[in-house]
Amino acid sequence: MLTFEEIKKSFLVSLWFIFLTFPIMVIRVNSNENTIDWRWENIAIVGIASFVLSFFWRDFFRRKKLGQKKLSKDKQKSSALIELLNSKKEIKYGLLGAIITFAIAYPFVLGPYQTNIMISALIFVVLGLGLNIVVGLAGLLDLGYVAFYAVGAYTYAILNTQSGIIGHGLLQLSLYLNDLFGTTFFEIIAQPWSFWIVLPLAMLIAGICGLILGFPVLRLRGDYLAIVTLGFGEIIRLVLENWNELSNGPSGIAKIAKPNFGVSLNSIESIPFIYFLMIFLVLFTIFVVNRLQISRIGRAWMALREDEIACQAMGIDTTKTKLTAFAMGASWAGMCGVMIAVKTSFINPASFTFMESAIILSIVVLGGMGSVIGVIIGALILSLLPEYLRAFDDYRMLVFGATMVIMMIFRPQGIISNVRSTYKIIRKQKI
Amino acid sequence: MKPILDVKNLTKDFGGLRAIDSLDIKIFRGEIVALIGPNGAGKTTFFNCITGIYKPTNGEVAITHPKRDTEIINDLVPNVVVNPLFRFLPESVLKSLKKYFPQLLFRSLKPNEITERGMARTFQNIRLFKNMTVLENVMIGRHCRTNAGIPGAVIRGPGTRKEEKEVIEECYRLLKKTGLDHLSDELAKNLPYGDQRRLEIARALATEPFLLLLDEPAAGMNPQETKDLVDLIYKIRDEDQISILLIEHDMKLVMELSERIYVVDYGKGIATGTPEEIRDNPVVIKAYLGEDIEDA
Ligand SMILES: Nc1ncnc2c1ncn2[C@@H]1O[C@H](COP(=O)(O)OP(=O)(O)O)[C@@H](O)[C@H]1O
Ligand SMILES: [Mg+2]
Repeated sequence: MLTFEEIKKSFLVSLWFIFLTFPIMVIRVNSNENTIDWRWENIAIVGIASFVLSFFWRDFFRRKKLGQKKLSKDKQKSSALIELLNSKKEIKYGLLGAIITFAIAYPFVLGPYQTNIMISALIFVVLGLGLNIVVGLAGLLDLGYVAFYAVGAYTYAILNTQSGIIGHGLLQLSLYLNDLFGTTFFEIIAQPWSFWIVLPLAMLIAGICGLILGFPVLRLRGDYLAIVTLGFGEIIRLVLENWNELSNGPSGIAKIAKPNFGVSLNSIESIPFIYFLMIFLVLFTIFVVNRLQISRIGRAWMALREDEIACQAMGIDTTKTKLTAFAMGASWAGMCGVMIAVKTSFINPASFTFMESAIILSIVVLGGMGSVIGVIIGALILSLLPEYLRAFDDYRMLVFGATMVIMMIFRPQGIISNVRSTYKIIRKQKI
Repeated sequence: MKPILDVKNLTKDFGGLRAIDSLDIKIFRGEIVALIGPNGAGKTTFFNCITGIYKPTNGEVAITHPKRDTEIINDLVPNVVVNPLFRFLPESVLKSLKKYFPQLLFRSLKPNEITERGMARTFQNIRLFKNMTVLENVMIGRHCRTNAGIPGAVIRGPGTRKEEKEVIEECYRLLKKTGLDHLSDELAKNLPYGDQRRLEIARALATEPFLLLLDEPAAGMNPQETKDLVDLIYKIRDEDQISILLIEHDMKLVMELSERIYVVDYGKGIATGTPEEIRDNPVVIKAYLGEDIEDA
């Protein structure tokens, strides 16, 4: 297939790449001697590499086209992996067993350092599943998701350390109430709040914040919605950074207590407990998200994503549906916020930048919008890979960007495309 | 007998363009009525106005559910929908306040509220939920007749399960009626054109309407599919007691199906009557064949 036409194409591609990479690959400013090094040898590398790769690139697309033609038109190609799992029961259960064993043995075999990394990864799994409700199911592009994560983290941090104006306010309130009723009972609200109470409370508060964000953006769609939610995320971060009395500003809040597991533990010993708690929360999230997906509400979310006008014309209150999506999505972020505060014992606004929102969104897109398993795999890849590729830390964003671009070209539907559920009752009736 | 749909003096302007010009239309129970007119006459705009997707510039739309009182569903006349925030005020107060704060106190019904009251439609440019299955598309129609919430969805107690089962059975029945039951697990976007049009009808039926609005249901169908469609429309009217208002360009179908016809041109109602009357009406012929007919 080495026709002249092909060689010409590849030659042009390599010229183009040489031109594009010229400033970073060839020119290097030597600031010690105030001279410029011209590394001409790099041109050769870039030129040859892009020349060769462009052949493979085009070949791939040719094959892809052929493949598409071969596929029967009306059969949707579902993921081969899922098909394999569904067809062979032994493989399915074997794999499930392996995963369970692995998850249980993990903290004991690999030690606290690795376990901590896994806890972060699991937090990203839940964040991905939560954002998947908003973006994947309801189709509302939310770029400010990290705001709710921050709300959850600060809810626990502030209530647990009783710091800032809220701590002060709670103290005054407890004194006042004690006076009023002549007891000492209300002292408890000025004590450090327990993790087990704050966890659901933070979900609730984050959910309410989701509603508050939802109202002003009800009429917005697509890009406009993305920009406003992006702004909302920044607002929350800026408030946390600048309102020292509330959040202790950029220095953050430290000495956040670990949950009370009923036994006294130092911070290293508590890691496996937090790990198993996180595993439980992941399972809980998967359970709830799965149930929501096949419910009346979940279908309404999908209809909203597919066609807003038709959705409304078919009798669905789009206002209510959007608000529930925002609130449900946000509450998972609130839960994750509490967990990250517990895990690190210290939080500051720098942990809640737009980067985090972008990563969570990438998890959803990479994993496959609307697919629970896809999002889990995406979260594990995107949160674990950077940990183990610390050597390439400088190129992290580059690799990240390249991965996303390549994914969008080769598998725009994500790692695992959303397989629509079918309903069993019908099967029975048919027979 | 009261008309189930009573549109008076409906007008809709798009900037300087008057798409509908003081149109009056009445539909009675059990009727099949056709709305015809040349392209761009304002037929689809009329549907959009009465289903709440557009806000009419002027006029009144009243619907009478067979089991309920007459209700006026847009806000251009007194005594209509009150903003829920002000429902607690007595009616006399509301009426006197209406003069000063019309926008605040009264609002038109939203499309979903109109569907809830029993008027369902299909779209000229098919608007199915493409990436959902055929069955799920119909199940969306049941949304406004069911009420499982988030707790119900998560806990999935006996109440929710029963509701879900009933929804599936009802939707499956509708798919059978429209001849789509063998495709229930197929994604809507993979259906052939004619099936997509019928799926839109099934989805609209799932909302339990008393009046079904069909926007060019036979467009793009082959003769066999059109014939099946006629049977389906009769079946819907006779078995479910649903009245039908349809927009259609296929004159053979219109003449065969409809009991009454409204003709619009440039947004104005130019004629109404039985198919025979319309066929011989010179005004209608002129509208369809253009002004030159007299010269020719
Ligand atoms: N959203 C809109 N904005 C501006 N003009 C519109 C809009 N919708 C329809 N029109 C105009 O109103 C007229 C009637 O259109 P339509 O109701 O679609 O006609 P039809 O009878 O073919 O269904 C046309 O001239 C069309 O251009
Ligand atoms: Mg039209």
